[in-house]
Amino acid sequence: MSADIQATVERPPVARQGWTRARTIGVILLAIWAVLGLAVLGFMINAWDPDIFTRYAPRYLSGLWVTIQLVAVSVFLGAILSVPVALGRASRNRFIAALAYAYVYFFRGTPLLAQTFLVYYGLGSFRPELQAVGLWTFFREAWYCAVFAFTLNTAAYQAEILRGAIESVGKGQWEAASALGLSRFQTARKIIIPQALIVALRPYGNEIILMIKGSAIVAIITVYDLMGETRRAYARTFDFQTYIWAAIIYLGIVEILRNTIDWIERRITKHLKR
Amino acid sequence: MERVWTLLSFGPEGWGDDIAKGVLLTVSLALATLPLGLAIGFFVALGKRSSDKALRLAANIYTTIFRGLPELLTLFLVFYGAQIGLQQLVRLFNPDASIEINAFVAGMVALGAVFSSYASEVFLAAFRAIPQGQYEGGHAIGLSNAQTMRLIILPQLIRLALPGLSNLWLILLKDTALVSVIGLADILRQTGIAARVTKEAFLFFGIACLLYLALAMLSSIALGIIENWTKRHGAQR
Repeated sequence: MSADIQATVERPPVARQGWTRARTIGVILLAIWAVLGLAVLGFMINAWDPDIFTRYAPRYLSGLWVTIQLVAVSVFLGAILSVPVALGRASRNRFIAALAYAYVYFFRGTPLLAQTFLVYYGLGSFRPELQAVGLWTFFREAWYCAVFAFTLNTAAYQAEILRGAIESVGKGQWEAASALGLSRFQTARKIIIPQALIVALRPYGNEIILMIKGSAIVAIITVYDLMGETRRAYARTFDFQTYIWAAIIYLGIVEILRNTIDWIERRITKHLKR
Repeated sequence: MERVWTLLSFGPEGWGDDIAKGVLLTVSLALATLPLGLAIGFFVALGKRSSDKALRLAANIYTTIFRGLPELLTLFLVFYGAQIGLQQLVRLFNPDASIEINAFVAGMVALGAVFSSYASEVFLAAFRAIPQGQYEGGHAIGLSNAQTMRLIILPQLIRLALPGLSNLWLILLKDTALVSVIGLADILRQTGIAARVTKEAFLFFGIACLLYLALAMLSSIALGIIENWTKRHGAQR
């Protein structure tokens, strides 16, 4: 009897070798990607026009430079502004904490495009008041408005990153440092921040990537960044390759950044690997 | 203050009804994109964790492209690119046909592509959190692969993926603002028109921001209810 049962025991199926269904689907999908890639390549070669290229390549480069400046300036200013916001979020004073929370909630809960419109078009409603305090020349320029809106936006996100990273460092670290007789500032600088930065690296990197992608919307308020130059080139030539060039450049930047962040992370977490 | 209430009233002098239509469009676009993005994202995640190299590569190309491109550019690529591509395809059969892409569908496809590439990462992380023993257990009680997926893995997967997906939903809601650029009458476009006509830009764009905030808050409440529902008889771990 027992031998009988053993004979009918079902074994888990042996992993199939060779040509599986997954491979068929994979090959078909890869073939579709290849066809799409070749179609785009063929289109680019077909549409290649040295005239257009020599006319628009420098403009694309200047647009790229505007994008990089815009992102670099707003991320930098946002980083500075994020420190008081993060401190406010952690504050024991309920009023300050609520204020910081409202700030973060507003800027993370509304679209960047709406915020940019609110600054660029909306502040125009207060022109006499702004002129009176001498700020009108600042808010008249689309570029400054974009930097202003982006800085406020990224500060909200960076404040949350900063707060999360500092909270991720255990309380024991603070206590141990205070037992050693370090001041709070020394503790923050020598013990907490180096550990928090490891945690914060990836979110910070993602935030920069999000800003680069998000910065494309300034084209709508007439800043000629990479996207703005692309739209202008398309409006003049009606040549779709203008958009494909932009796509290649954006993809290139994002991939380079992503790989750099991966590389830095691998290096600074070496001591954590076993 | 009187003037503000007149401007916001529902009626011939107010913009309330126009803005309400915009809210409706924003919400319906986001709701229409969600199932598309979830389905594609799920299958891309399956592709990424496949043992087959070709399938993994195909899935990774997808996420690399749609996570790397700015959402606005994706929208333009779909809106203008699909128009040109389809036009050429149709011209093969009928030389004087002209095609116009529906802006709503273009927005849905572009936002769906972006949503799904991020969702695939969320699903992938959730898959990794489910131990191998769950699959083996399913096998041991005689379930087929599809049954194991449907009855054992999916219920756990949804619970694990929900926080990440909630986040993506809030991002999707904000990304819908971009479709105002291709002419869809969403919140931002309607308030933008009102701002231009009435010259009350700060008021109307401020209202647009508040409406997005309100939608985000409502979503958070709804997502909280869903999250509790998925946990209703989860094992305590």
